[in-house]
Amino acid sequence: MPPEPPTPLPVYRAEIYITLKPSVLDPAGTAITKGLQQQQYEGVQQVRIGKYIELTLTATDPATAHAQVERMCQEVLTNPVIETYRFTLEAGR
Amino acid sequence: MKCAIVVFPGSNCDRDMAWVTEQILQQPTRLVWHGETDLGEADLVILPGGFSYGDYLRCGALARFSPVMGAVVRHAQAGKWVLGVCNGFQILTEAGLLPGTLMRNRELRFICDQVAVRVERRDLAWTCQYDVNQILTLPIAHGEGCYYAEPPVLQELEQRRQVVFRYHGTNPNGSVAEIAGICNPQGNVLGMMPHPERASDADLGGTDGLGLFQGLLAWYAENACCRLSL
Repeated sequence: MPPEPPTPLPVYRAEIYITLKPSVLDPAGTAITKGLQQQQYEGVQQVRIGKYIELTLTATDPATAHAQVERMCQEVLTNPVIETYRFTLEAGR
Repeated sequence: MKCAIVVFPGSNCDRDMAWVTEQILQQPTRLVWHGETDLGEADLVILPGGFSYGDYLRCGALARFSPVMGAVVRHAQAGKWVLGVCNGFQILTEAGLLPGTLMRNRELRFICDQVAVRVERRDLAWTCQYDVNQILTLPIAHGEGCYYAEPPVLQELEQRRQVVFRYHGTNPNGSVAEIAGICNPQGNVLGMMPHPERASDADLGGTDGLGLFQGLLAWYAENACCRLSL
């Protein structure tokens, strides 16, 4: 009897949002704030611009997937000097 | 003085730099592809300007993980010279060899211009051919040259006299404390946004940057060794 193929690892989908730290001036956000206000959206108080990254990964379980995304954010995807991040993680297909 | 110039995918000042070290200064020079892991007997390693990896994710963020960077870090830790210009400076901060980071220019525009840059100290190989407070005219060409560091880091930089160059008069990009170039505490790693290699050949309109390379060469000749003894 042929050996059973290994069970594929479950896939997870992460949505990562990266923004500049609140203490760091965001010149692009400031420019857009002014632009919106000039377009009569006087109620606009502050715009902050960031990055959105979505990725899929395989991992043995949700906790491992979470830990991996956390580490990717800290070591590669953001510059901790100026940026901060948050992400959501869900089981993918 | 053996020079190694690292070429990343997207480097575009590597040949300008080689023109200075090889043709003008007559020093043995090797262009090192970023996938290599051996810098050989290099005394000076240069990370040139350009747009490594298209500046995707962040300037210098992906270049930092190039195979060659392990050797660059070891070279720096051994006290040997490392120069990062423009994108090279961004890579040095991403790699943690220099503190802080480079952000979008305050006015959000890419700036290509000549700027006045003040020399802050001359007790380094990089600046021993200049005078303290000497004003140099150097070209800049960058969209993300606004140096930023958290206040405590900045304070430490000032205390340890790690600011080597400051913009004089006009601050083109909004850099904190007018910083144009910094070194590590030992002084062997220098990162700067202005391009000394583009101001080293009289045919290009100015030679204010040549002193930086000549300083290194003089220091090297005197110490017959690439390690700094500060």
